[in-house]
Amino acid sequence: MSETTASRPGWFTSLANPTRFLGLAGRLTPWLAGLTAITLVIGLYMAFTAPEDYQQGSTVRIMFIHVPSAWLAMMCYSIMAVSAIGSLVWRHPLADVSVRAAAPIGAVFTALALVTGSLWGKPMWGTWWVWDARLTSFFVLFLMYLGLIALDRAMDDANRSARVSAVLVLIGFINIPIIKFSVDWWNTLHQPASVLRADGPTIHPTLLYPLLVMAIGFTLLFFTLHLMAMRNEIWRRRVNVMRQNAARRIGAKS
Amino acid sequence: MMTHATYVALSYGAAVVLIGGLVLMTLLDGRARKRDLAELEAQGIRRRSSAAQEPGQDQADT
Repeated sequence: MSETTASRPGWFTSLANPTRFLGLAGRLTPWLAGLTAITLVIGLYMAFTAPEDYQQGSTVRIMFIHVPSAWLAMMCYSIMAVSAIGSLVWRHPLADVSVRAAAPIGAVFTALALVTGSLWGKPMWGTWWVWDARLTSFFVLFLMYLGLIALDRAMDDANRSARVSAVLVLIGFINIPIIKFSVDWWNTLHQPASVLRADGPTIHPTLLYPLLVMAIGFTLLFFTLHLMAMRNEIWRRRVNVMRQNAARRIGAKS
Repeated sequence: MMTHATYVALSYGAAVVLIGGLVLMTLLDGRARKRDLAELEAQGIRRRSSAAQEPGQDQADT
């Protein structure tokens, strides 16, 4: 088929062009950042004006950051898994960029969920940590994020590293349903789901709404940071290509 | 024995430190990469060498 008869690429396909993606990310980021800040301010106001829980007292406020960061830690890994498929199957140029950019963000959200969970566990359970199924599987998620970051730093060849990372991300995805259903499959100290459940949330609206607003704020924060980190990763690769070109030119001259 | 308020304060403190650190790292990384690109472009180095491109060389635009 000649070039003149080729059909114009669709919007999503055109995004595969990193230059076009950079333009879009540059335009979107300030808006997303602004929206994130506004949502988090509203969420924090609602969190600190919400009534205390009759059992947990004021420690219920820890839930407003613990639960959204735990959700985001799992959502981030799921986005990485979808990107890994995009990287392996379609060789989408931005899919590997997405995997690499998301890993440190996911690691931070996982760490935050672990720390805040521990800080809630001490006054409520009487212990900082137990090796129950939910806590252990979540800790494994943290280790997987660290492993993926270490792998990314260890390999020089971006193409090989992309494939290895993508395979590892997909293998590790098995942990996501294990985390989600661990509280149902095993007898855990961690309570079962109280928001995302078939028969509806079991939390009183006065505590549920601040939680949902904080969750929206955290989600917006994730997408803002992911866009920024993807932009940084594309720039990093461009710098590498330019340095290689410069070295090649020097090599050709000598 | 810590009060409930202390646990809440420590949790929100951890959130500020971890998320603040992540935001700062992302911003600084972006700034450093932009500076690298500007320096290389100032030296006349381009991404795609217009000179003799080796056959089979990766043309990916990343």
